Amino acid sequence: MLHGLAFDVAHLLAGGMVIASFLLLYQDRLSALINVFALHSLVLVLAVAWQAFIQEAHHLYVTAGIALVFKVLIIPTALHRIIRRLGIHRTLEVVGGVGLNMLAGAALVALAILVMLPVTATADPLAREDLAFALAVVLLGLLLMVIRHNAVSLVIGFMSLENGLVLAAAGARGMPLAVEISIAFSVLIALIVIGIFLFRIRERFDSVDMQAMDAFREKRRR
Amino acid sequence: MLLLAVGAYVIAAARRPDGGRQVYGIALFVCIVLLGLALGHLLTGRAPATLTLPLGLPWLGAHFRLDALAAFFLIVVNLGGAVASLFALGYGQHERAPERVLPFFPAFLAGMNLVLLADNAFTFLFAWEFMSLSSWALVMAHHQEPANARAGYLYLVMACFGTLALLLAFGLLAGPDGGYDFAAIRAGTVSPGFAALVLALALLGAGSKAGLVPLHVWLPLAHPAAPSHVSALMSGVMTKVAVYGFIRIVFDLLGEPVLWWWGGLVLALGGITAVLGVLYALMQHDLKRLLAYHTVENIGIIFIGLGLALAFQANQMYASAALALTAALFHVFNHSLFKSLLFLGAGAVLTATGERDMERLGGLIHSMPWTALAFLIGSAAISALPPLNGFVSEWLTFQAILISPELPQWLLKFLVPAVGALLALSAALAAACFVKAFGITFLGRPRSPAVAQARETDRYSLVAMFVLASLCLLAGILPGLVVDGLAPVVGLLNGGARLIPQHHQPWLTLVPVVDVKSTYNGLLVLLFMALSGFAAAFLIHRLASAAVRRGPAWDCGFPDANPAFQYTAGSFAQPIRRVFGSVVFQARERVKMPPPGDLQPARLEVKLHDPIWERGYAPIAHAVVAISTRFNYLQYLTIRRYLSLVFGALVLLLLGMVLWR
Repeated sequence: MLHGLAFDVAHLLAGGMVIASFLLLYQDRLSALINVFALHSLVLVLAVAWQAFIQEAHHLYVTAGIALVFKVLIIPTALHRIIRRLGIHRTLEVVGGVGLNMLAGAALVALAILVMLPVTATADPLAREDLAFALAVVLLGLLLMVIRHNAVSLVIGFMSLENGLVLAAAGARGMPLAVEISIAFSVLIALIVIGIFLFRIRERFDSVDMQAMDAFREKRRR
Repeated sequence: MLLLAVGAYVIAAARRPDGGRQVYGIALFVCIVLLGLALGHLLTGRAPATLTLPLGLPWLGAHFRLDALAAFFLIVVNLGGAVASLFALGYGQHERAPERVLPFFPAFLAGMNLVLLADNAFTFLFAWEFMSLSSWALVMAHHQEPANARAGYLYLVMACFGTLALLLAFGLLAGPDGGYDFAAIRAGTVSPGFAALVLALALLGAGSKAGLVPLHVWLPLAHPAAPSHVSALMSGVMTKVAVYGFIRIVFDLLGEPVLWWWGGLVLALGGITAVLGVLYALMQHDLKRLLAYHTVENIGIIFIGLGLALAFQANQMYASAALALTAALFHVFNHSLFKSLLFLGAGAVLTATGERDMERLGGLIHSMPWTALAFLIGSAAISALPPLNGFVSEWLTFQAILISPELPQWLLKFLVPAVGALLALSAALAAACFVKAFGITFLGRPRSPAVAQARETDRYSLVAMFVLASLCLLAGILPGLVVDGLAPVVGLLNGGARLIPQHHQPWLTLVPVVDVKSTYNGLLVLLFMALSGFAAAFLIHRLASAAVRRGPAWDCGFPDANPAFQYTAGSFAQPIRRVFGSVVFQARERVKMPPPGDLQPARLEVKLHDPIWERGYAPIAHAVVAISTRFNYLQYLTIRRYLSLVFGALVLLLLGMVLWR
């Protein structure tokens, strides 16, 4: 009985992350994008905490705590401050063909399920579903990075991709805590570096639009 | 004990004191300790010692093992290392950039020792790559010279290629279960097809490091580029580590079912390597590069012995295989002695004169008599003149070749004598080449002012050279002792069969097979040479005149002879270039006479082509450049394009996975 409930809740939360990824894909306002990312991370925290509860793996609570502090609170706040300082918090990003992107995203989710379910046929059904959803989240994060022009959106895509990895790790009976902590810190440092770079790029090019930067690239050599 | 010694090495490698003498002193000490340990192990015939350290791959650890084969090669490596360190105590003072040499020298030694001790594939490959990279750093010590930078680049490419081949060979040996421990590999069996593939990969991997002919191109460039004591180590010792790798894989790990054509393949490669190496050497006028090409030749001789051993083993002729293996291992030892000696001599000449080009040297026997004597002994040894050691090992190889008519395969019956002819040719050409090397460098009159100012080298260097020279002589007149020392190694590789013990043969005679065939007695030859030499000198001085006279050299009627009138290295090599070079190297000579009335000198131009470089390597290099130019534009894409490429590749792979299942 409890197993059925545990499975359903885990399924719900992992599916919630995929939905949040679709929201990211759709959202074209930067500040709203950051908020959706915070939501994405919050669902991750719940999913990991639920895994900790049903697996009775206490170190996963630490993982969830780290994710809560960093990805739900610190990183979104920092990104909000950055876009405010840059004065682009009201910018609307031009995302061509939302419908097409959503279709591509749906295809990716189908692909992730097709890949994962046969491969993990012998695994615990709980882990199976989780892995399929996690791969879908990773692929959607990559898609987000590919279709967006704005550097901040790229950062968000990257972070959501990393959320997918944590989800996969938590589902597969967790990973060592040391690894988890080091990944969390590396993401934080990546954020700092990216933040600094955003300002540098802005100073240099008066924009954080990647297309503007491409115009400055040196001519292709033959 | 072993652990302590290796640990001391690592400490020596890690520390970086200001004084080079400390580093070389520590290296000398550790080498002597390791040499003593290895000698003790080989002579007492103890059981293999093993050691496992919790390093490296977590489920594998780092296994080390000291058996007879490793002990023999440890002797070679540490003898060479000790002498090179001793030489460097003096030679290192002249180093322009000691900070580029000192840290890597002990690391290089440690890498070579670790390769010999490694007992699983991971440790072996790690140590092998460590050895390659540290020697690469030493080659690049004087990286400002563009030729050295090119040599280093080529070396790096070839070293990576060789390690890749060895990696694949070990992968095949380990099989799908991943038994990378050497004990597991020995216990397992490999199907004949895979075994042949492993042999080919071992030839590529170890052969590229040793300098087998199509893979030798980096060697004559890289070995001379390093400082001379390192050149001695690379040429005299590191190539032997490569030979060790080949022996370990093919004779030890691959195990018994040996096919006869393996022997034929190795033999043919060895023969070609021997002759081409010496022909290249004859065309060279750079002293150190000449020596490096001779390394290629000697590796060929060693591989001839190994190929013969494989052919005999395939036919269950273990007694003959023991002879061939003994010959090959003896030559390994000998070559490490005289090649190190010659490189050290070349280093002494280089520091004294600043010249490597033989056309600018000459007359050094007057200013550097001791160096000249040591170099002469080395030259005689490498030219396989009795009573020195080079003769013994080549004679043993010939004895093994003479048994070959007993082989049942017709192809081998014809191939082995042909290889024997190649071996004889290469021995004769090597002698010619060293007449040139010694004669042009040390005899005659100085060809440049710097050479006329040369001074004898320092004492450390002389001691180092004379240690090697006396070992060359000792191994030549007491070969039975060396053969007995090699017996456990040969027994290990040859299913227990070894040569008959030599130390109770009367008068230190060497009896390889049975008395009826042939025997050799180095001591007797030495006594005969000494007696006849003294008798001739005595008679001449007695019957003719005892006075030493110095008269003017005959000047052919041209008074005031210029040193440039002397016979040069180019003119010495010219007849051989005519006979062999016009075919092998497409050598073309052209005499450019100025028109009458023009005051320009006449010029003789010689053009040589390197067939292996031009036919083998240049097309590959062109293809790589062409392909990379085509794909060059990939370097200048936008970030989004790159991301899209990654994304697309990932999705494609996943799709492939779905469809393939």
